Amino acid sequence: MATTTIDGHEVQVDDDGFMTVYAEWNEGLGRELATLIGIDDLTDQHWEAINFLRSDFSEQGETPTLRRVNKIGGIPTKQLFGLFPKKPAKKMAYVAGLPKPHGCV
Amino acid sequence: MTTNETTLVDAPPMVPDFGDDAADRKICFICSKGTLDMAYPALIMANGALGEGIETHIFFTFWGLDMVTKKTMGNLKFTILGNPATHMPQTLGGIPGMTGMATKMMKKQIAGLDVPEIPEFMELLSDMGAHMWACQMSIDMMDLKKEDLFDGVEDIINVSEFMELSESAQVIFV
Repeated sequence: MATTTIDGHEVQVDDDGFMTVYAEWNEGLGRELATLIGIDDLTDQHWEAINFLRSDFSEQGETPTLRRVNKIGGIPTKQLFGLFPKKPAKKMAYVAGLPKPHGCV
Repeated sequence: MTTNETTLVDAPPMVPDFGDDAADRKICFICSKGTLDMAYPALIMANGALGEGIETHIFFTFWGLDMVTKKTMGNLKFTILGNPATHMPQTLGGIPGMTGMATKMMKKQIAGLDVPEIPEFMELLSDMGAHMWACQMSIDMMDLKKEDLFDGVEDIINVSEFMELSESAQVIFV
């Protein structure tokens, strides 16, 4: 397993650079991860999505898909595409310090 | 140097490549069938494409129009007739009520995978930014109008218009 240094913190990551240890993440790191992928300002709407991802992962053991964030998290899909452009599912997972979602739908 | 050694504090952080700088990719699905088992593959792939930020178009033609016709989209069926991959004796397929039963079973399996039914799936794809088009000739043949179609369908277009919009796209016929 590789490690990388984000904002002075050494964290474990997979081959693509997604964090792999749930407990290594904190909000400050989340902000830093967002900046690294071009999202400079995390709004309340961003945090709503990130917090849902974190809590759903801790309950289900896997990163929720876009549909789940919409259906269970109650966040409109269009809004997710606005907040995390082009690849919301992967980008949200990255910022939330979680693995890429595996579900197809 | 192996990745295990990339722990130097000065090393730039490892960031996934989200392809934001990559050339824009475009994909077109042609949906020509109106059965459940032929509707889902295209929709699931389109969903995956949209999730990857790929410009996605879906062209509904012939029986594929049933997928976006308000009257039929919630009622697509699955039959074992003519489908030896079900591994069922084909003669069973002709028994009255068998298509209804096979449809019910398939819907149950799909719901078990947490995949939405067709109308909800269409809403989802539309929200994700899918461009949906209906085929002019099929519309004329089936005597349908724009208002008979799911609201996410942008327009009724002819083949040459489809050829124009699918220029440089990857085209998948289902």
